[in-house]
Amino acid sequence: MSLRVYIARDTTAVAVGAERVAQRFEVEATQAELSYELVRNGSRGAFGLEPLLEVDSARGRVGFAAVTPEDIPEVIRCLKEGVFDHPKYVGLITEIPWLSNQTRVTFKRCGEGAPTDLKNYQRLGGYEGLKNALGLSSQAIVDEIKASGLRGRGGAAFPTGIKWQTVLDTDSDQKYIVCNADEGDSGTFADRLLMEGDPYQLIEGMTIAGVAVGATQGYIYLRSEYPRAQQMLEQAIDAAHAAGLLGQNILESTCSFDLEVRMGAGSYICGEETALLNSLEGKRGVVRAKPPLPAIEGLFGQPTVVNNVLTLASVTAILADGGADYAHYGVNRSKGTIPLQLAGNVKNGGLIEVPFGASLRSVIDEWGGGTRSGRPVRAVQIGGPLGAYLSNEQLDVTVDYEALAAAGGMLGHGGIVVFDDTVDMAKQAHFAMDFCAKESCGKCTPCRIGAVRGREVLDRVCESGATEDDLILLMDLCDTMEQASLCAMGGLTPLPVKSAVNNFPEDFDVAPENSEVAV
Amino acid sequence: MNSMVEFYQPQPDFGTPAVNAGEAVSLTIDGRVVSVPQGTSVMRAAFEAGIKVPKLCATDSLEAFGSCRVCLVHIEGRRGYPSSCTTPVEAGMTVTTQSDQLAKIRRGVMELYISDHPLDCLTCPTNGDCELQSTAGEVGLRDVRYGFAGENHTQLEKDESSPYFTFDSSKCIACSRCVRACEETQGTFALTISGRGFDSRVSVGPEANFLESDCVSCGACVAACPTATLTENSIIEKGIPEHSVTTTCAYCGVGCGFKAEMRGQEVVRMTPWKDGKANEGHACVKGRFAFGYSTHKDRMTEPMIRDSIDQPWKKVSWDEALTYAATRLRQIQEKFGQKSIGAISSSRCTNEEVWLVQKMVRTGFGNNNIDTCARVCHSPTGYGLKQTLGESAGTQDFASVADADVIVVMGANPTEAHPVFGSRLKRRLREGAHLIVIDPRRIELVGAPHVKSDLHLPVQPGANVALLNAIAHTVVDEGLMDADFVKARCEEMAFQRWLSFIQQPENAPEASEAYTGVHADDVRKAARLYATGGNAAIYYGLGVTEHSQGSTTVMAIANLAMLTGNIGRRGVGVNPLRGQNNVQGSCDMGSFPHELPGYRPVSDDTVRESFEGAWGVKLDAEPGHRIPNMFDEALSGGFKGLYCQGEDIAQSDPNTRHVEAALESMECLIVQDIFLNETAKFAHVFLPGSSFLEKDGTFTNAERRISRVRKAMEPLGGKADWEATLGLAQALGCDWDYESPEQIMAEIAALTPTFAGVTYEKLERLGSVQWPCVDAASEGTPTMHETSFTRGLGQFVVTEYVPTAERCTRRFPLIMTTGRILSQYNVGAQTRRTENSTWHAEDVLEIHPEDAESRGITEGDWVGIASRIGDTVLRARLSNRVRPGVVYTTFHHPVSGANVITTDNSDWATNCPEYKVTAVEAMRVSQPSEWQARQQSFDKKQKQLVEEAVVG
Repeated sequence: MSLRVYIARDTTAVAVGAERVAQRFEVEATQAELSYELVRNGSRGAFGLEPLLEVDSARGRVGFAAVTPEDIPEVIRCLKEGVFDHPKYVGLITEIPWLSNQTRVTFKRCGEGAPTDLKNYQRLGGYEGLKNALGLSSQAIVDEIKASGLRGRGGAAFPTGIKWQTVLDTDSDQKYIVCNADEGDSGTFADRLLMEGDPYQLIEGMTIAGVAVGATQGYIYLRSEYPRAQQMLEQAIDAAHAAGLLGQNILESTCSFDLEVRMGAGSYICGEETALLNSLEGKRGVVRAKPPLPAIEGLFGQPTVVNNVLTLASVTAILADGGADYAHYGVNRSKGTIPLQLAGNVKNGGLIEVPFGASLRSVIDEWGGGTRSGRPVRAVQIGGPLGAYLSNEQLDVTVDYEALAAAGGMLGHGGIVVFDDTVDMAKQAHFAMDFCAKESCGKCTPCRIGAVRGREVLDRVCESGATEDDLILLMDLCDTMEQASLCAMGGLTPLPVKSAVNNFPEDFDVAPENSEVAV
Repeated sequence: MNSMVEFYQPQPDFGTPAVNAGEAVSLTIDGRVVSVPQGTSVMRAAFEAGIKVPKLCATDSLEAFGSCRVCLVHIEGRRGYPSSCTTPVEAGMTVTTQSDQLAKIRRGVMELYISDHPLDCLTCPTNGDCELQSTAGEVGLRDVRYGFAGENHTQLEKDESSPYFTFDSSKCIACSRCVRACEETQGTFALTISGRGFDSRVSVGPEANFLESDCVSCGACVAACPTATLTENSIIEKGIPEHSVTTTCAYCGVGCGFKAEMRGQEVVRMTPWKDGKANEGHACVKGRFAFGYSTHKDRMTEPMIRDSIDQPWKKVSWDEALTYAATRLRQIQEKFGQKSIGAISSSRCTNEEVWLVQKMVRTGFGNNNIDTCARVCHSPTGYGLKQTLGESAGTQDFASVADADVIVVMGANPTEAHPVFGSRLKRRLREGAHLIVIDPRRIELVGAPHVKSDLHLPVQPGANVALLNAIAHTVVDEGLMDADFVKARCEEMAFQRWLSFIQQPENAPEASEAYTGVHADDVRKAARLYATGGNAAIYYGLGVTEHSQGSTTVMAIANLAMLTGNIGRRGVGVNPLRGQNNVQGSCDMGSFPHELPGYRPVSDDTVRESFEGAWGVKLDAEPGHRIPNMFDEALSGGFKGLYCQGEDIAQSDPNTRHVEAALESMECLIVQDIFLNETAKFAHVFLPGSSFLEKDGTFTNAERRISRVRKAMEPLGGKADWEATLGLAQALGCDWDYESPEQIMAEIAALTPTFAGVTYEKLERLGSVQWPCVDAASEGTPTMHETSFTRGLGQFVVTEYVPTAERCTRRFPLIMTTGRILSQYNVGAQTRRTENSTWHAEDVLEIHPEDAESRGITEGDWVGIASRIGDTVLRARLSNRVRPGVVYTTFHHPVSGANVITTDNSDWATNCPEYKVTAVEAMRVSQPSEWQARQQSFDKKQKQLVEEAVVG
C-alpha cells in the first residue's frame, strides 16, 4: 500500500527549503523501503507552515509543518508506523485555523494535488464553469459576470462585466483575451501562487472569457521573473489541448480558443494594460493614451479583454455556481472574496482569502500574528508600491475598495506589507519616488522628470531634514504627478509619498537650521 | 504679377490631424459653441474656434500621443484632467481650457521640462521660433524651484554628421514628434527612443549617427521638432527667416508645395507647405535641402556666343546674343530650308515658358520641330492613354491612394523616385492595403519597415506586355472581369476584338512563363488580387514606358483597368508617375511635333485654324521632327539649328556618341540653361537660364495639378527664362508683347480647352487646380473619367507581345536596366551641386553576386560594361536587388557614360528610347574607358573655354 506524500514545488516553498526536503525524503524513504508516491503540489500559501509535508492518511490529509531535511528520518518513521507523534505534526489540513478561517473560493484547490493533473482538477470541480458557459449565450455569460459584482483584481477594480460587455458589443473579425500576469507589485504573490498551484483555473477562466466575448485567441503575459509559473502554465496548456479543452471545437462545441504564454522582460510598467499590449505586440513597453479603450481597440487594434489572473480565475467559480452565489460574499460594492497577500515584517505571512468586509486589523493581527521582529507595527502599506502607508491607528477599516479609499488608502491587488517602528518613513517616501524613476516608461513628463526631481528632493530630506520649501515643492510635485500623469504609475506615486508625509510627519521634521517661513 | 511677400511665421498648427468625413458634432469650449466632424480631437476643435490650448507633443501632421501633459483641460462630468489632444469630441461636451487649477498643473509640468533644459535661449538658433519657449511663456512659468544642479541632459554632444541639419540632444524634450514623423509621415522608421524613464533619448540606432543610419534626410523630423534639437544647418548659420514666398518644387513630378523662407534675397530654408495638395507638408531630401544649386558658383550668369565649338566663348549682352542667335537661325533656314531648325522645350521650365517656346517654333520658325524630354520618358503614356481613355494623363490625384485596397507598382520605384508619394503609399500599405510589385528588381517596397508586397513579380526586362497579357487572360479565364462596367463604358467591337485576342492560349500564364520568367501561379494570384481585392490602382513609371513596347504596355495597363472596372472613382485608376516637375505641363503645352497644345493634332484643320486666328500667322500642317529624328536629320544634313532650353540631351539621351556626333554637326546650337551642361559644350550660343526661385509661372505635376511658382529672387542672369525666349522670338521678328507670365496663362486658357478656367486669381484663391478646369468643373477635376471617358467610350486595344530586338547573346549575356535613386536627381545637374553628393558621389553598377563571382568581380572593382553600341566603366556593387542576369545603374554623373551603352531601340509609337533593356557584358578592368577619358578631357577643355571667355 503506497503512501501519497505532498511537498510543494512552489517558488516560496522552495525558497524556504522544500526542494532539499523533497530530495532528503526520497533518499530516506527509499532506504527505509517505504512505498510512496511523491506529489509536488502547489503551496497553500501559509508560508509559516512551509515546507509543508502532507500525506493522505486514513483520517484524511494531514501534515507536518516547517519541516527541515533533518526532520525527515523521524517523519518517515511516523509514516511507516502510522503514529503521528512528531512535534511538527499539525493534524488535518482542513482543521488548521490559519487556513480554515479563510473563505477559499479562488484558492480552494491550491495545494490539493499536482498542479498539472487535469483529472484532479476536474475531480475537484474544475471545468464545470466552462461546461455551463458553453450552454449559454454570450450575453448570458456576461450577465452572470455582472450579477457576481466581480471587479478587476489587478488593482483598478473596474467592473469586469462592463468590460466584457464592451468587447462583446464591438464588432470585429478577431478579438483577444489577454491575461495580465505581470504581477509587479512588491510584496504580492497571489497570481504566482495560483499559476504555480492551480493553472487550469486560469486557463478555464480565459476560455470562458473567450466564449463570452467571441475571442478565439488568448495570451498570458507573464513576467519574466516567474519561470516556474511559465512551466506549469505551458504544461497545463498542452494537456488541456490534448484533452480537447483548448483549440478547435472545445468539448465538441462550435467554440474555439487557443492560448499561449508570452514572457515579459523585467518591466514594472508592462503591468499597465496598454504598455503590456505594446510589449505583446513587440514594441517598446510604453503607455498608450486612452481613449481608445483596449476593450474597443486593444491588441493589434482589435477588441481585447485585459484582465488580471485572479479576475479570470474567479470567473470559473462564477460560471460553475452562479453569479448570485459569488455576490453572496462581500459588502457594498465589493462583492466576492479577495486573496490578500501578507508580507513584510510579519510573523505569519502568506495568502489570506477573505470575503470583502473583513477587518484589516484582524488580518494583520490574527493571521499575521504581528511583526516578526516582535516590535510594534508602525506602518502598513497596502496595494503595492503605489499604495498609501497607513499608521497603526488607521488600521480599523474594512477590506473594501471604497472603504479603504475613504480612509486614504488603496486596496489595489491586495498586497499588505507590514513595517515595525524602526521604519524611516522619509526613506519610504524616497523609495516611492526612486521606484517610479527606475520603472517609468519615460513617455510622459510628470513621471519621467518628476520622479527624478522627487527623488532629488527626498535625497536632500533624508540627508539633512525637510525645509518648509522642500515640503511645499514636494507636495506641488505630487499634485502635478497625480493630476497630470498619463497613467497610474506616475499618477499614484504621490499616494505613498503624501501618506508618508501626512501620516508620519515626525519623520519629516523641518531641520532647525533650514527652516524657512512658508509664504 | 509680383509675388506676394508674406512675413515669415510658422504655418498654423491645429494640434491633431483633420478629420475629413463624419457627422458634425457640436460642443462648447470656453463658452463658445463649435461644430466639428466626429473623430476630431477637443484640441483641434478648440483651435478651429480660435482657442489655443498650450501644447508641446501634439502637431497636426501626426496622430495624438498624449505625452507632454500640457494640453490638459477640464471636461464637465469627467474626473481628472484629460489631455485635449487624445480626447475626441462628443455632442454636448462642455470644455474649459483655462482655470487656476489648469494653470497650476501646466506650470508644474513646464517647471519639470525647464529643469532639464539649457538656458541659452538668447543665443539659440530657434530663439523666437521655439514651441518650448512660447509654451513656457503661455503658461506663465516664473520659477524653476528644483534648481539646475539635478540630473539633466544638457551636456549631451551634438550629432552634426548630416550636411543639412544638426541633432542637439541636449535640447530634446522627448516629445517623440520626430520619431512619429519618421514613422507616420515618411514611413522610414529610422528613429526610435532608446532607454527607459529619464534616460529616454531619441536615437537613430545603437552606434550610428544620422548620416550612417537609415535616415533618408527628408526633413520631416526637423519640421516636426518643436525645439532647437533638430534644426536646419542653414538656420543655425543664418538665423530665422524674415519673409517667405510660396512656390513649387523643381525636382520631380510630385510637385511639392514649399515655402521659400528668406532673409533678403537669400533662401535660408525650404519648408514644405502644409496646404500643398500634392505633399501636405511633407518633402524629400532634394526639394527640402538641395536648393543650394541655384546659387552655386557654377551658375552661368552671362550670355555668350562663339562661331565654332573649339573657340573660346565671348561674353556679350543679351541683345547681342539674341540678335546673333536669330541671325544665325535665319541664315540656316535660308540655306537648308524652313524645316532645318527646331527647338527642345524644357520639362523643368514653367508652363508659360514652354508655351512661348512652342509658339516661337510654330509662328517664328514656321515649322513643327518642337519636342520635349517626355519623348524619352513618358511619351508612351501620352500615346497609350490617349488611345484607350482619350486623355494623356493620370486619372487620379495622389490622395486617392488612401482609398486603394490593392496597389500595383509596375516599373517604378516610388520610395526613391517620387518619395513623397512613396510615403503616402507606404502609409496606406501599413493600414492593410495589398501590394503587387512588378519589377525586375527587388525595390524597397518589396520589403521595407512594416511594408511588404503580397506579390513580387520579377519580370524579365522587355517582357512587360507578355506579363500583362497573362494577367488579363487570367481575369477573363477565371470569370473575374467587371462585365457591367465594360458593357456600359467601353466600345463593344473593340472589346470583342481584344477579348478573342486575350483568350488565345499563348496569353495564358503558363505559356508566358518562358518569356516573363514569372511563375504562372504568381501571375494568377496577382490577377485574382487585382480583380477582386476591392479598389485596385496601378502606378507605373519608366520601367513601363522606356521600352520598345512602351506604348503597348501602357495600353495593356489601361485595358486591365477597364476590364476590372477600376477607373472613374477614388482609390483606383491608371497613374503614370511623371518624372519631371513640369513634364506633364510641357506636354500639355503642346511641345510635340505632331500635336498642338491640348493634345490636338497639327493636321486637324479646325484646331490649327483656331490657333492661326489667335496668333495671326499661318501654321505648318505637317508634323515636325521628334528628338531622335532631329539627331538623324542633323547627321544627314537636313537639320542644322536647335534652340535647346533646360534639357541636357548629351547626357540624358541614349547612344551618347550618336547624340554627340549630331550636335557636332549643328551650325547653330543655342543652349539656355542654368549651368554649362554637357550639351552646352557643343553650343554656339549660351543663354543663362533661371532657376525656379527666379521666376513666376506655373508647373503641372503628375496629378495634372497646376501650381504657382513664385519669384523669390531676381534672376542671376538678368532675365527669367520666359523673358529670354520672348527676346529671341522678338529678335526673329515675332510681334509679341507679354508683360507677365499671368498674361501668358490668359492666352493658354483661351486656346487650351482643358485650361479654360485657369487664372492666376483662381490659383491664388485655391492654391492649385487640377485640369480639366472648365465650366462644368470650375475648381478642377481630381478624378477623371467618372461618368464617361474623355473620348466617350473606353477603347480596348489589342496588345500583342513582340519581344524586343535587343536580345541577350553569347557576347552580351546580361541585361542592363536603369533607374533613379533618392538623393541624386536625373542628370544630377542640380543635386551634384549640393551636399546630396554625400550620399551618391558616383554611379555604380549593381550586379548580382552570382554574376559577379563567375566574372571574378568583387565589391568596388572597376567594371567595364559593353554593349553593341559602346562601352563604359563603373564601380561594381554586389546586390541581391537584381536577379541573376540583370545589372542596374543610374545616370546622375556625366562621366558615368551610362548612355554610351544604351541603344537606339525605341518605342514603336513614340520613339521613347528603350533605356531599360540593353544587352551587355561586364568584366573587370583596371581603368575608366576611352570614352570616359575623352569625356573628362573634353569637359576640361570646354570649361577652360568658358574661363578664357573674353568680354565682347
